[in-house]
Amino acid sequence: MNFDSLLWVLLLGSLLGLELIGKVPPTLHTPLMSGANAISGITMLAALTAIIKAEPNSPLLIIGSISLGFALFNVVGGFFVTDRMLAMFSRKPTKKNK
Amino acid sequence: MNLPDIIKFVIDLLAVLLLALGIKGLSKVRSAREANILAAFAMLLSVVGLLSYYLGTSGIPSQSWAWIIIGSLVGSLFGILLAKKVPMTSMPETVALFNGFGGMSSLLVAIGAFLFPFNEVAKVGSLEPFINDASISVSIFVGAITFSGSIVAMAKLQGWLSTPGWTQVKARHFVNIVFGVTSLISFIYLISGNVSSIWLLVIASTILGIGVTLPIGGADMPVVISLLNSYSGIAAAAAGFVVDSQLLIVAGAMVGAAGLILTQVMCKGMNRSLISVLFGGSLSAQTTTSSGSGEYTNITSCSVEECALTLEAANRVIVVPGYGLAVAQAQHTLREVTKKLEQNGIEVLYAIHPVAGRMPGHMNVLLAEADVPYEQLKEMDIVNPEFPATDVVLVLGANDVVNPQAKNDKSSPLYGMPVLDVQEARTVFVIKRGMSAGYSGIKNDLFDLPNTSMVFGDAKKVLSELIGELKDLGIGDK
Repeated sequence: MNFDSLLWVLLLGSLLGLELIGKVPPTLHTPLMSGANAISGITMLAALTAIIKAEPNSPLLIIGSISLGFALFNVVGGFFVTDRMLAMFSRKPTKKNK
Repeated sequence: MNLPDIIKFVIDLLAVLLLALGIKGLSKVRSAREANILAAFAMLLSVVGLLSYYLGTSGIPSQSWAWIIIGSLVGSLFGILLAKKVPMTSMPETVALFNGFGGMSSLLVAIGAFLFPFNEVAKVGSLEPFINDASISVSIFVGAITFSGSIVAMAKLQGWLSTPGWTQVKARHFVNIVFGVTSLISFIYLISGNVSSIWLLVIASTILGIGVTLPIGGADMPVVISLLNSYSGIAAAAAGFVVDSQLLIVAGAMVGAAGLILTQVMCKGMNRSLISVLFGGSLSAQTTTSSGSGEYTNITSCSVEECALTLEAANRVIVVPGYGLAVAQAQHTLREVTKKLEQNGIEVLYAIHPVAGRMPGHMNVLLAEADVPYEQLKEMDIVNPEFPATDVVLVLGANDVVNPQAKNDKSSPLYGMPVLDVQEARTVFVIKRGMSAGYSGIKNDLFDLPNTSMVFGDAKKVLSELIGELKDLGIGDK
């Protein structure tokens, strides 16, 4: 992939991000922040790539593995904690509907 | 394009689409929970796409598999443990910690990519080596700031770190500029082929992250966390340039931009500009030096018993929760009190200021944990007209968000911040441990008003005493 098309990807991705959340009720600020934070752990893909492309016995294997660990801590923990928060909100309306 | 390329392309496209839908859905109450699961699924999909691509092309050496499994098991395990164990009251710290580790991940992978290059960037004379080094530098710079900044933010929210007085001097801007310039210089050295300058870049940007976050006061912390969250997206996007992955770039850019919007929304709620949050330092330090006048002249304090008697006679009660409620872990006790009041036919509402607590939505999460019905939580604009028709307001651990100075006193640093008009109610009870100021460090004019009574004590203790008093009055006993 050449650089200028990657820059286009960056630009369009940013514009998409700006458009995605327009009005957020304050209730959802914390879960949204937490969910977006989990997504930022997508850098795990970079760590995976590094591990896969590393030469045998290269220190890159260990660095990549630690990096992957940190990223997955962010991703897995982030999604779980967001779900825990959101579960509290969604419980109420279902109770009411019954 | 051969088959593995096509498969990966389709999976990546699908993952981006699901991630975008996920972020979109997270901003609506109805769809938030499903959206979160959708986003998690998209992340899983992206991993599957990547692994299958390499399996179909170059293959994955068994040694790599071992390190992948170790890294992911350890990381996920600790992530789940923390996510399950942590109390709801310390959500802001938890998000900060997760965020910091995300930044750490980008930082490490960039260091690895620089010291042990694994991508084919050979074309001498072309722009490619420069771009590769530049993206590595950006990834290190932003990753390190995200990491150290988030850890400082977490430590401050946990109360492990306070805001030292010396961080408020103007010279700190100079110090930060020095480290910023050092980062820039080491970046220039790095792209001109000096390998060891990478460590200078790591150190300088780590210190810069600390230097920028440390002076920021408690009330501005949510904004900082949101901003750091946005940074970690940028760090991910930069890592995407390093490993040549469009998916990483799109996802990182989306999070970066969405985080920026969220930061903006939060700033608006506090009537602060992003610039003043970042460079203004903590409000408290400014006001103690400029306007020292903070004497209270007309404080009325009252007993829990009086408070109970007034509550008994009320038709409508509005609770204003704040950070103090979270600190005292009094949300369940509060719920018991309000249950009793409701059983007696008293209408109970909760007024949620957009920046009450240490994070927007903090109070919603807290009260939801105590099973407070969602419909009783009212946002500021909706609840403000209700105060004149309210008998009793209970202010629990909130301070700056109910300060009438923000409306009346043009010289006040709070002036212009939207606040809850609790003073319009017939009686206001402020449950507070002492007369200390809120996070802005500003005197609260509300406490001096004739219809305000202070009930001194820890929120949890006062509320459980209140339960006893209400019982004695025969309220809510069925």
